[in-house]
Amino acid sequence: MIAFVTRRLLLGLLTTWLISVLSFAIIQLPPGDFVDAYIAQLASSGSAVSAEEARSLRELYGLGQPFYVQYGKWIARVVVGDFGESMEWRRPVIEVIGDRIWLTLALSFAALIVTWTLALPIGIYSAVRQYSLADYIFTFFGFIGIAVPNFLLALVIMYFAFTLLGASVGGLFSAEMTLAPWGWEKAWDLIKHLPLPAVILALAGTAQLVRIMRANLLDELRKPYVVTARAKGLSEMRTVLKYPVRAALNPFASNLAYQFPQLISGGIIISIVLGLPTVGPLLVKSLVAKDMFLAGTIVLLLGVLTVIGTFISDLVLMWVEPRLRHQLD
Amino acid sequence: MVEPILSVRDLRTQFFGPEGVVRAVDGVDFDVFEGRTLGVVGESGCGKSVTARSILRIVDRPGRVVGGSVMLRKADGSTVDLAGLTEEGMRDIRGPEIALVFQEPMASFSQHYTIGNQIMEGVRLHMGLDKHAARKRAIELLDMVGVPQPSRRIDEYPFQLSGGLRQRVMIAMALACDPRVLIADEPTTALDVTTQAQILDLLRQLQTERGLAIILITHDMGVIAEMAHDVSVMYLGRAVETGSVSDIFDRPQHPYTTALLRSIPTVMAKPRTRLPTIVGSIPHPFDRPAGCAFNPRCADMIAGVCDSAEPPPTNTGARQVRCFLHGGRP
Repeated sequence: MIAFVTRRLLLGLLTTWLISVLSFAIIQLPPGDFVDAYIAQLASSGSAVSAEEARSLRELYGLGQPFYVQYGKWIARVVVGDFGESMEWRRPVIEVIGDRIWLTLALSFAALIVTWTLALPIGIYSAVRQYSLADYIFTFFGFIGIAVPNFLLALVIMYFAFTLLGASVGGLFSAEMTLAPWGWEKAWDLIKHLPLPAVILALAGTAQLVRIMRANLLDELRKPYVVTARAKGLSEMRTVLKYPVRAALNPFASNLAYQFPQLISGGIIISIVLGLPTVGPLLVKSLVAKDMFLAGTIVLLLGVLTVIGTFISDLVLMWVEPRLRHQLD
Repeated sequence: MVEPILSVRDLRTQFFGPEGVVRAVDGVDFDVFEGRTLGVVGESGCGKSVTARSILRIVDRPGRVVGGSVMLRKADGSTVDLAGLTEEGMRDIRGPEIALVFQEPMASFSQHYTIGNQIMEGVRLHMGLDKHAARKRAIELLDMVGVPQPSRRIDEYPFQLSGGLRQRVMIAMALACDPRVLIADEPTTALDVTTQAQILDLLRQLQTERGLAIILITHDMGVIAEMAHDVSVMYLGRAVETGSVSDIFDRPQHPYTTALLRSIPTVMAKPRTRLPTIVGSIPHPFDRPAGCAFNPRCADMIAGVCDSAEPPPTNTGARQVRCFLHGGRP
């Protein structure tokens, strides 16, 4: 088991390395070297770069030298936390991403919680009471959730939240709080703004998970061990929750791996529609503006999150599946 | 006369599918006595397993027990009709009064919990033991059914055990709350012959020690001959002949019983001769023949009688048979 975890960790590191090579390739994608692009970019915005500055930048990133040397110089800086400078924002990438990564994680986590707290009970109910009226209603809304593009749902929900409930929509902070320093007040402001985007982000995933849970549980409910549990005199509730639901949880654990990057990249359009200060819109902007250091860094970040997600999902799977655990020993 | 511990009368269970109603159990009568084994025998699909589940009322949807009575004589001498109990009342029967052993020990265990967890669950629920006491009891139970190193095995998962051990654990789990009736639904079908004999020995030994009443469901006449005191032969959801094993094996009355007994291979038979089989196959449940359900396959079928009316149960001594050859002719 420890051997398995170690192997997974090493594989994760290897994957991360491959992703970093890919990210660097993306940074190098635009024609010419990126210092040219940088100079051009700055020139178009009215400021100039001295020849001296350009040369020191070229020196810094080893431009003109072979790819692996350039990569080596770049990755050496990345490892110590220097991701280069965003050309568009003219600030270090790490500062530009800054708070956004934490807000993204907070939002993603909130969306994940909403997804699970909705999907689990609804899925269980739909399976246990298959073909009941409620099952049909959930199925109907589930297909709407899967079929309708999320940003459209976001717009509709925003409209109703604003006109009917008078809720503040868009963004994660009130106007006066956006630039305020972090404190209890700002955190509370965030908590108040979090539910709406979290629910919108969670909808598609919820609809999917409900279908998965329902299908799995329907399979499990027919298995002989359920009869065994009933024959022991357990109540129906306890029978269902302890045995078949436990077995049907497996895909939830596997699904975890995809949730992590999905929550950042999957929510891009929603984040733009809702004006959320998360990483997603930043990625789109940086790609449009050919802000390669920023884009490369975000791609790297997404890759690393996928690796972390997969790793966590492996651990959770081992925890919920004793058979898997024992196969490894 | 000894009172039966469990008395099943005219039990009927039907499955309400989209294509129609299947009468899986259609009038089953039998009595089970303390310290004795009743064998229930019949071909696949004749309703043996559904009968077992109907007694405990754990038939899966869309199946439902639609009629009949299941009288259980409790330890204090009072009798209760399980068919009329509430769901809560029924839960107190499952485990402490009547327990089940299933055919496939692998599929009948959850692979997500240790065997200890699955045994202790019933013990804690019905006997009100705390975790520590329940664990102690589970270890004793495993020891009783012959699981080696029970205090270590208790923390293992079902998939870590061999087929024979799993079935022993299944029996330990069934006996966890000291039931007085044990229903064993093809307990040895999934096992190899050597293990099969061991499990049957174990059941016999437990019966002697505890005075268990056992309902042994099987399609194997050999197992019946070896294990059962009484036997009930089922055909298409109906008990066609019921009586003591020696009576029925010596002088079968129903043509179906006769045919079943003839189709058992014996070591006395001449080598390389064809084993007698029963002509035809079990009719589709939607396509139940009129009259006696066995008439299309029956060698002694009386035209105009067997295919028009259902033979009523006829009793001679301890034997009950449903066949017009043996009474009840209109």
